[in-house]
Amino acid sequence: MPAEANPAVLQISDLDVYYGARRRRRQALDGVSLQVSRGETVGLIGETGSGKSTLARTVLGLVPAAAGHIRIDGEAVAGYSRRQWRTLRRRGVIQYVFQDPLRSLDPDVTIEDSLIEPLLIQGVGRTEALRRVRPLLQRVHLDTELLARLPGELSGGQRQRIAVARALVTEPELVILDEPVSALDSANRVEVLEILKQLRAAGVALVFISHDLGSVAGIADRVAVMYQGRLVETGPTRQVITAPQHVYTRLLVGSAPTLHSAAADRAERAALRAALQHV
Amino acid sequence: MTTLSELEAPQRTPVSDAAPDQVVLAVRGVHIHDHVSDREIVHGISFELTPGKAVGIVGESGSGKTLTCRAALGILPEHFAVSGGSIDIVGHDIAELSPAQWTELRGSTISAVFQDPASYLNPSIRVGAQIAEVIRVKTGATRRQARHRALELLAAVQLRNPALVYAQFTYELSGGMLQRVLIAAAIAADPTVVIADEATTALDVTVQAEILDLLADLQERTGLALLVVSHDLAVVAQLCDEVLVMREGQVVEQGTTAEVLHHPQHEYTRMLIAEHEQYGLERYLHSELSAEVGLNRAG
Repeated sequence: MPAEANPAVLQISDLDVYYGARRRRRQALDGVSLQVSRGETVGLIGETGSGKSTLARTVLGLVPAAAGHIRIDGEAVAGYSRRQWRTLRRRGVIQYVFQDPLRSLDPDVTIEDSLIEPLLIQGVGRTEALRRVRPLLQRVHLDTELLARLPGELSGGQRQRIAVARALVTEPELVILDEPVSALDSANRVEVLEILKQLRAAGVALVFISHDLGSVAGIADRVAVMYQGRLVETGPTRQVITAPQHVYTRLLVGSAPTLHSAAADRAERAALRAALQHV
Repeated sequence: MTTLSELEAPQRTPVSDAAPDQVVLAVRGVHIHDHVSDREIVHGISFELTPGKAVGIVGESGSGKTLTCRAALGILPEHFAVSGGSIDIVGHDIAELSPAQWTELRGSTISAVFQDPASYLNPSIRVGAQIAEVIRVKTGATRRQARHRALELLAAVQLRNPALVYAQFTYELSGGMLQRVLIAAAIAADPTVVIADEATTALDVTVQAEILDLLADLQERTGLALLVVSHDLAVVAQLCDEVLVMREGQVVEQGTTAEVLHHPQHEYTRMLIAEHEQYGLERYLHSELSAEVGLNRAG
């Protein structure tokens, strides 16, 4: 199917994923459906073990789905062979940014070589790859003199911006970011969020995964809340924050530390926690 | 579920050694020096804690907030030293404390909870036994009494199955559960002051709120004094009466929480507030407030 026929860059429907085998089999995702339109920013929120990272890994073909459909750029990828996945990833339609860029950047490879690698794999020549990489550094507010350095010689904030730049070299339609700002201090967090805002403005779709609604509130168009492997609530960011429906979402909003009085007080949070035991 | 109010009163009431207005922790003009680099790392910090009061320190890693906590606990890393000012714990100048007196004070008067709970617990001893050990050593309780009290404490920190958790090892518990175990151990000997240094940073937001609520409960019901250290101004604002903002070893702002939030003086404090106003939930929940404070500049 040609991409133009489907406005969604990512379409997930009724996805089931299991971990483990036989008696130890546990359901990680239960009937998850989510759509990300072109240029849209979706905040995917959930606590540790809620399935948010599993969802991202399934979309990237790293975890097999037991049931359901995934369409990337209009292409149905469920049932893809490893080889087909490799080809798809090589095209770079979807890119992924981890919380800790030390995991995605080879410590022995210079920033320059890390950045051009996805292009070399696509068969782009080195000179041309270098020409394309330089403007990307500007996009993530970094100086080209960093190109000759190793990841270990950069600050955490700089490394995360390099990881974002590397995700952009293949001109992806969608970038999935897993807790991209959680490990950063305030100044770097604002910097990375600014960069993500600019990407959004440039029409790149973003899935911003976090346990903290507060860290995606300022950038997401829509928020999807996961709880125990299910997508329990989806809606425009303002609506989810000001009128949360599901008990877990209400607890999540009420738990977020804010500068002024929180959305819920101590007694309300205790009541929500008790209610959640019965969900 | 046992709540803190139902928790049996210990042999010694928590603040028996401190009158309500007594200063339980006084940090006065403290400077901390690093002998390796021969540089001063903390350039003067002062605050006072009375029973039931909570003071917060906000700053990035490297701002000197953790060194300040460690100085107050008498556990500065080897090559660091307090090079100016003084620290008093319930009226004792810590510079004059003998190692035996320190052992006496730690746990029973001042205790602490840090970011990574697993590294403060022994992985090969059941967690309940580790709490019971603290109770036995600090209060002279029998093994049976200590076990009973440890189970009460595990219930008080809202672990849903205290008997089960008591018999578990650290690897069997989640981060939030471990942090609750560590809080139980920290309050086991009814300290007057608890220092929480990034105690909720690694936890999920809902678990963080649960732990902060627990500390607020303790503060209200037992008159516990809290020193809360966080990189997140909002965490500190939720819990504390007074806030200090640190940057590169300097206290750049200090005042009541309301003063600091509504009339921030330093550019760095304004940046911390602006981050929340522009990227946090405040954007949706408190738009009227931000308009009032005039923070929505970039909005």
